[in-house]
Amino acid sequence: MAFWDYANPTRFLRFVQVVLPWLTGLCLLLFAVGLYMSFFVAPEDYQQGDTVRIMYIHVPAAWLCMMCYSVMTLSSIGTLVWKHPLADVSAKSAAPIGAAFTFMALVTGSLWGKPMWGTYWVWDARLTSVLVLFIMYLGLMTLWRTMEDPIKAGKAAAVLTLVGALNLPIIKFSVDWWNTLHQPASVMRFDGPTIHPDILWPLLVMAVAFTLMFFVLHLMAMRNEILRRRVRALRMRAASAAQPGPAGAAQPAE
Amino acid sequence: MFQNLSFTLSQGTALVVTGANGIGKSSLLRTLAGLVALAGGMIRYESGEDDRPAHEHAHYFGHQDSVKPALSVLENLEFWQSFTAPTAAAGFAGEPRKPMEALELLGIGHTAHLPAAYLSAGQKRRLSLSRLLVTARPIWLMDEPTSALDKNSEALLLSLMNGHLEAGGLIVTATHTELALTKIQTLHLEAAQPAEQALEEGFL
Amino acid sequence: MTGWAMALFQRDLRLSVRVGGSALVGVLFFLAVVTVIPFGVGPDLNLLARIGPAILWIGALLATLLGLDRLFQADRDDGTLDLMLMAGRPLELVVLIKCLAHWTATGLPLVVAAPVLGIFLNLDPVSMAAVTATLLVGTPALTLIGAIGASLTVSLRRGGLLLAVLVVPLAIPVLIFGVSSADAAIRDPVPFLTPFLILCALSLIAAVVGPIASATALRFASD
Repeated sequence: MAFWDYANPTRFLRFVQVVLPWLTGLCLLLFAVGLYMSFFVAPEDYQQGDTVRIMYIHVPAAWLCMMCYSVMTLSSIGTLVWKHPLADVSAKSAAPIGAAFTFMALVTGSLWGKPMWGTYWVWDARLTSVLVLFIMYLGLMTLWRTMEDPIKAGKAAAVLTLVGALNLPIIKFSVDWWNTLHQPASVMRFDGPTIHPDILWPLLVMAVAFTLMFFVLHLMAMRNEILRRRVRALRMRAASAAQPGPAGAAQPAE
Repeated sequence: MFQNLSFTLSQGTALVVTGANGIGKSSLLRTLAGLVALAGGMIRYESGEDDRPAHEHAHYFGHQDSVKPALSVLENLEFWQSFTAPTAAAGFAGEPRKPMEALELLGIGHTAHLPAAYLSAGQKRRLSLSRLLVTARPIWLMDEPTSALDKNSEALLLSLMNGHLEAGGLIVTATHTELALTKIQTLHLEAAQPAEQALEEGFL
Repeated sequence: MTGWAMALFQRDLRLSVRVGGSALVGVLFFLAVVTVIPFGVGPDLNLLARIGPAILWIGALLATLLGLDRLFQADRDDGTLDLMLMAGRPLELVVLIKCLAHWTATGLPLVVAAPVLGIFLNLDPVSMAAVTATLLVGTPALTLIGAIGASLTVSLRRGGLLLAVLVVPLAIPVLIFGVSSADAAIRDPVPFLTPFLILCALSLIAAVVGPIASATALRFASD
């Protein structure tokens, strides 16, 4: 069965029913392993002590807020190019999840900032870009809520998502520029290749666990959105069933 | 929105769309005008220009007048004359009129240099109608064309519509009143089961 | 081909000059914002001179955003937008020309007013010239990006605030490079031309992305 055949709401619901329990189980298992590793296996930092463990939440959350936007971008292309009903549902249900992860990245970032920088917030390039992303998520969600018709709202939001996707690199670039003007050096630096395996492994497991959690939440949110639209369609039918006049197709008459 | 709807219209004919309120007469006209996307099926205008879609051969005369109160009557009309691209069609001999001439014809020539804000509802309606005369397009889509018009203007409107038909144009109009047009075809819309869209997309 | 473009430009310009003098309202709002800031930060002339370019830019950003909500809505309300979609003219160009007319009526007065307001903020002639130059090339980008928000909220009764929320994140790069090139002219952390050229580039990008995105949104809004 091709992928496209699943892209029908009814089939999709059946697919979710089968996949969701397994995915949830796997996600929980990975979280158990990942949390154990990050609290008991990973070493303390010689400078930061136990606070370094915030990283195991912060970094996966930051990674997910980018991935979630990518999912929304792909879905928006699906809405605008293929006009697929599920693409719209996918983009809409991803937005609040993305906003939640972005919020989590911001909160853990500033909690981590307190012991490191002595203050909860610095206008660090990374944090600032994430804050802008957070505002974009909230703007998209508001746009969805203010429009009555879900199809129209989906199209408008898709246009905005794509413009945002084009703009995100520009925003990142300009915030970096702005930051180097005002602050000499970056405060945080991960030296990728030299990172110690004891730190790397818990981080990787947590990243995978978070990614799975995103998919679990996304599938659940999509299922709810489909059901919500079903209710809406049923109500519309109920409202118009009260109308007088026989049911029948419009016919041309000479 | 529509199911099993198909019709053909030949040159010089007016199609009168009838049906109960809220049945979708206006939506049908808006679909023909290219303002509502087609969910399926197609609209084709055979004798028109190949590189333009059917709706760019059409004038849409809807409920709204599209008159800017801050501009003078002539400025309003001249803008639409230069902004709307004229389209030709084989067998259509309609000639565009000069803006002043069109205003005179519709009996609002004396208002040409006044701001459109001073026009009455009927005069605004006629100003909106004059738009159809200054750019030649073979199809006229008219939604309740007689609303807000008095008896005299209605007769004038009918003679203009008949003139358009004689020149080989097409008219699709939704109306409640009888229109004395030369060649008429009617299309009666009836209610169908709603929520079809949701069904088709599989949400039901 | 240019006849219709000129006609549209003239019409929009006439409308925005005649209806409530929207150009003047924008400048007045700009003046109000600039006047309020010293009450907030104190009348220290050195501080004001330092943050002057930023104040002028933020004032221009707010004035532009607040004037944009009627850009397409006025045309949608009276059915003009429908006719524009059918007119057989490329909608992207129509949007671009409308933005150009809107900028001429509301953005250009802001640029002209900027040097005068600069006096209040104790700006020296060099930075005054720099801010004015950056506003001249940067405010078109604000209008063009704002047009995206205006077309997305065209069907909403009270879309003004939402428009600002949607557009502000997208306008951040323009603000950053506008202010930093104005700063560069005075305090040279970098040469003036580097951020200035990036600002020009942003305006050009906005001139492509803005019309395409708003035209897409306007087409969807019609049905």
